Amino acid sequence: MSGAVPWNEARAQEIIDAHLGLEGPALPILHAIQEEFGYVPEAVVPQLAQSLNISRAEMHGVVTFYHDFRHAPAGRHVLKLCRAESCQSMGSEKIAKDFLERIELEWGGTANDGSLTVEAVYCLGLCAHSPGALYDGEPIGRVDAEILDELASEAQKS
Amino acid sequence: MTKIYVPRDMAALAVGAKRVLAAIEKEAAARGETIQIIRNGSRGLLWLEPLVEVETPEGRIGYGNVKPSDVPSLFDAGFLKGGAHPLSIGKVEEHPYWAKQTRVTFERVGIIDPVNLDDYVAHGGGQGLAKAFEIGPAKVIEEVTKSGLRGRGGAGFPAGIKWKTVADAPADRRYVVTNADEGDSGTFADRMVMEGDPFVLIEGMTICGYAIGASKGFIYLRAEYPQCAEVLTEALEAARKAGWLGENVRGSGFAFDIELRIGAGAYVCGEETSLLESLEGHRGIVRVKPPLPAHVGFMGRPTVVNNVLTLATAPAILAKGGEYYASLGVGRSRGTMPLQIAGNVKFGGLYETPFGLTLGEIVNDIGGGTLTGRPVRAVQCGGPLGAYVPPSLFDTPFDYEAFQKHDSLIGHGGLVVFDDTVDMAQMARFGMEFCAIESCGKCTPCRIGSTRGVETIDKIVEGVDVEANIELLSDLCNTMKFGSLCALGGFAPYPVESALRHYPEDFRKATLPAAAE
Repeated sequence: MSGAVPWNEARAQEIIDAHLGLEGPALPILHAIQEEFGYVPEAVVPQLAQSLNISRAEMHGVVTFYHDFRHAPAGRHVLKLCRAESCQSMGSEKIAKDFLERIELEWGGTANDGSLTVEAVYCLGLCAHSPGALYDGEPIGRVDAEILDELASEAQKS
Repeated sequence: MTKIYVPRDMAALAVGAKRVLAAIEKEAAARGETIQIIRNGSRGLLWLEPLVEVETPEGRIGYGNVKPSDVPSLFDAGFLKGGAHPLSIGKVEEHPYWAKQTRVTFERVGIIDPVNLDDYVAHGGGQGLAKAFEIGPAKVIEEVTKSGLRGRGGAGFPAGIKWKTVADAPADRRYVVTNADEGDSGTFADRMVMEGDPFVLIEGMTICGYAIGASKGFIYLRAEYPQCAEVLTEALEAARKAGWLGENVRGSGFAFDIELRIGAGAYVCGEETSLLESLEGHRGIVRVKPPLPAHVGFMGRPTVVNNVLTLATAPAILAKGGEYYASLGVGRSRGTMPLQIAGNVKFGGLYETPFGLTLGEIVNDIGGGTLTGRPVRAVQCGGPLGAYVPPSLFDTPFDYEAFQKHDSLIGHGGLVVFDDTVDMAQMARFGMEFCAIESCGKCTPCRIGSTRGVETIDKIVEGVDVEANIELLSDLCNTMKFGSLCALGGFAPYPVESALRHYPEDFRKATLPAAAE
């Protein structure tokens, strides 16, 4: 997402150190790292392992367990489309499939111009307004082809 | 100055509440009207969102499905005085969807300003905690036990017994953890209470902490709820500032604070032991029980892990008495359940009512049937691990035991309605696929069985050895049910088995002769 800064080991250490007082600080640190750099760079794993006094393997295991931690930067905008049952009851699978075909992307893929990443999500709690989506963290209900196309072109412009 | 309520609930935002708010502010400024905007939670009449309310001497008048383009005409119609307009639903409190509910956990949601502590107190907030401090920890646990409150996360374990177990466990410190990892499709009650009345959760956690002797609480919130995190952060700050959290909670001498933690997109972390692993900073791998978290929980200490709704109901139980709460409901399902009516349904929303309504009443009478207008074919109850229930079982009363009799569960109270275009073999396949995506990997039947389940359903759908593969699938379901540690692997077979049982024709399309047109 926009606003992310390039990888910087010293800055990463600052973020890590700021959280070390917490009970179980790993997830808050990983969130803060991703917030800062736009993803969780491979380079932070040994650094974090050292700070938390656990093995690299263990740290790698934590980072890779959670769907939300990215291993590479996302596009400038991120669209999360819900694929859970409630949204399926309102035809979300077809809406998403057609949209992905139109913009020539697969689930999890990023557009060539770097404008948009489309990800699957399983329930946003918008189930009375299915299908639901999150665009850069903003919720959208009653998603249809028109809304999605608008978002894709909006993403290209900014 | 007229008070106007525009919800900040995520569902209202999803259908344009923010744009409506901007339009109202702009129009008011242009007309020189002074208004006071209050960002309330949602009333739960979700199909009417954005539902704008105006305070009048007669009560709050609602205007439903407001679009920014409607705003000038609302002003023209004198909506600041509750004037008539095609979008008016009249007094919100007289709307049948609202008036017929019994709101206990949700008594303030949609009514108050969620982050204004004075508003919370003016509407009865804080009485439960005051009562708790008055009667002491042991009596608090007694009262919660007396109420019959069961864990609202899905398992339905009696809350009072859990609290007592933790209180009695010898330890240097104990913890309260709110499970706000509401991942089940079709559920949004946790989100709504946290966005609409966060202080009630804070108060409930404080009551629990006081009862069990804990000075620290965590809210483990799913990452998919960014707006909810904002509201909670504001509320926690306000509570600390006002001395409702901290070294000396409301002058009682009791110290308690709460930390908000955000998950990272793992469904399995809604399982309590996986949640604790995640909170400690590990992979969210399920733990073997025993020991129970009540004995060995967060950081190895006795820990109450309760769902949002469970803890958010504690203040009302203390304020109104355990007997009052127990007087509602049926059988062993006491009190109320905030039903979440979702999916392909006309009047989707949150409906809090005592246990005991039939499924048919909920789906057809309250929910109004499908949004598409087609016949209802299936209702998935209790999220992705819950069974698909056909209309032939619509006379089942909504309570824990009655649902169990049909091999289904009420879970967290979510109901997802499907019309007759649904392909139940595909839904069964999705059930297995979801389990494969979200399995933590600890138990082989869940980790590998779910993938084999997808493959087997694919074969069935293609018409390969259909009957033999259906038998194999049933056998696999059984292995998963009995060979998995937690509810993910243990309950993922329920939607699959219910689809096989109630909709056998959907699995045999490839072998059946094409119906004559």
